[in-house]
Amino acid sequence: MTLVMLLWISVLVALILAFVGDWRFAPEINIAGSSLTFAASLMLALEVFRRGPFTAGGDFFFVDPFNVYLVVLTTLVSTTTAVFSRRYMRVERLHGKVGPWRMRFYHAMFQLFIFAMLIALLTNNLGVLWISMELATLATVLLVSLYRTPTAIEAAWKYFILCGVGIAQALFGTVLLYFAAERVLGVGSKALLWTNLSRVGAQLDPTVLSLAFVFLMVGYGTKAGLVPVHNWLPDAHSEGPTPISAVLSGLLLNVALYALVRCKTLVDASTGTRFAGNMMIGFGLLSLLVAAFSMLRQKDIKRLFAYSSIEHIGIATFAFGLGGPVAVFGGMLHMLVHSLTKSAVFFSVGHASQMHGTQEMARIRGLFRGNPTVGWGLMLGVMALSGMPPFGLFASEFLILTATMKEQPLLAAPLLIGLAVAFAALFRRVQPMVAGVVPPWQQPLRAANVPVFVHLALVVLFGLYLPDFLSRWFQMAAELLR
Amino acid sequence: MSNELVIQLNTLLAALILLTSFALLVQRRMFAIIHIFAWQGFFLGVSTAVIGFATGEHHLYISSLLTLVMKVLLLPWILFALIHKLKIHREIESIMNTSATMLVGIALVIFSYHLTAPIRQLSTLMTRSTLAVALATVMLGLLMMVTRRHAVSQVIGFLAMENGLFFAATSATYGMPMVVELGVALDLLIAAFIFGIFFFHINTTFDSLDVDQMAKLKETE
Repeated sequence: MTLVMLLWISVLVALILAFVGDWRFAPEINIAGSSLTFAASLMLALEVFRRGPFTAGGDFFFVDPFNVYLVVLTTLVSTTTAVFSRRYMRVERLHGKVGPWRMRFYHAMFQLFIFAMLIALLTNNLGVLWISMELATLATVLLVSLYRTPTAIEAAWKYFILCGVGIAQALFGTVLLYFAAERVLGVGSKALLWTNLSRVGAQLDPTVLSLAFVFLMVGYGTKAGLVPVHNWLPDAHSEGPTPISAVLSGLLLNVALYALVRCKTLVDASTGTRFAGNMMIGFGLLSLLVAAFSMLRQKDIKRLFAYSSIEHIGIATFAFGLGGPVAVFGGMLHMLVHSLTKSAVFFSVGHASQMHGTQEMARIRGLFRGNPTVGWGLMLGVMALSGMPPFGLFASEFLILTATMKEQPLLAAPLLIGLAVAFAALFRRVQPMVAGVVPPWQQPLRAANVPVFVHLALVVLFGLYLPDFLSRWFQMAAELLR
Repeated sequence: MSNELVIQLNTLLAALILLTSFALLVQRRMFAIIHIFAWQGFFLGVSTAVIGFATGEHHLYISSLLTLVMKVLLLPWILFALIHKLKIHREIESIMNTSATMLVGIALVIFSYHLTAPIRQLSTLMTRSTLAVALATVMLGLLMMVTRRHAVSQVIGFLAMENGLFFAATSATYGMPMVVELGVALDLLIAAFIFGIFFFHINTTFDSLDVDQMAKLKETE
């Protein structure tokens, strides 16, 4: 019941905003819709907390601790992003970058995108999971090209084509999975249901599932932005409006990784080897290292943080690949705190680039003096991203590193190198942007500070103390994904 | 119809689908590319109907109808309307190294046969032998997207890949569950609208649909 409500709210709000999205109070409707979804997701979480995992809608939906925490995270970040987008898009409109039609489109697609991600997280059917992943891509493609500049169109086209190619591989993987499942579970939708598949995992043919996983890895890996199929990500995340960058980096990558992890558990149960895990370790480490070194060469502030997203998704993928309760726990915590931090950083970055009228880092200066809250928001966000205590990313990275030392000590070296390089790259760039004198081209701006500091406060909280129910959930989920 | 005949017919249709994939790979006229794509959709729809008839899986008739409507009528019609509107229907794309592309394509077909060998051994379906062709169609669509520089041909490559995936689903499992097939069709329809909008945006911004002009976004420093 709560679940159906949760999904309907975003569809209804999307429909309303399609008609009144350029109205004066449209951003408030957007915020209200997102907060309602957030409230519904909290109720859903409460239900899982009391009853444990359950299915709903005639087996169509499945809720367990692993996906419900991502649902709450998704709705929370979409709410704060809606709050941020209110001030941000108002400035963009004043600058004449978007007209009334595009505002309507922007608002409606924002809600549709949230809807697609929620379906992807909650569905029990691996085929529907694929469909909603594709829907989430399609909803955001035209948002990336919202400004209609040559670079924005190029970025959106790349996003459309490369993700289309990638996700097609995932569909082939899903077909193969269905082929293997059908022999055990019989023809029809029931053979693609996660609840059935996880039950008969060991009976699925290992050769077919290994082959399927290769395709799924490439497919969902493309969407998660893993190297070497990441080329679209820095462009798409840097050319769109900043609220969209925040949800793409903070949420969509998580959903893609979620899909991959679900598939991995099936393959593991079937093959009984470390094949799938090793592949994820490889992709994860490669992403971490390539992204860290690429960060050193960036000039555009949003591209810098887009690469940082690749780096962090790489770390989480590595953790899930490593397996074992500690690493999986760390991976899940990492997904949570990275989402919160990265969207907070994008909020600050959006304001900073609006103040300077550019995304070029060389022209962004003197944020501490010009607008202390934006400056500190960015500085603290970067400190969190580079894994300093007391922020949550320190805790998750520490857990992952500990598990690595225990399981595969040799892999700790590349992991540490990647983290150190990323740390250096971030600080080298951020230091001059926040410190120093205010440049003459800087414009004053009323920033939306609440979203940034709510996120950062949560990240600090999760770094110092993980609420009991959350750690119990993570443990339950880690048990499930072992 | 006897089983042997159905298998023969299905193999023939698979061969025709593969033939159209290769034709797409080297065809340079916009007009002809869309025609070939429509033919590929037609063979796909007929093949689905034949399998449905032979196996008694009646939901395949719906899939077949869906394919014929979407891929033979609707999508080609949208594409024709778009290229007429954009006045590029007479455009001829220059393609480099046709023979090399063909050779890579042949290698991909062999690779597909190799990759699907374990599945063909496991499967008991009468369509198992065409799975390799399906994967090859996906791979050739991918190759087309990589080698072509024109936005329309890239989209056709994308749609051809989707044809291959659909064919894979029918050959490996007599079709995916209906809910999945309908969802995929819906996604495809939305994608069609999006690339339609894109053609206009690219054309007005860059004065041409040659995607090579879009090379502003590069790694900096």
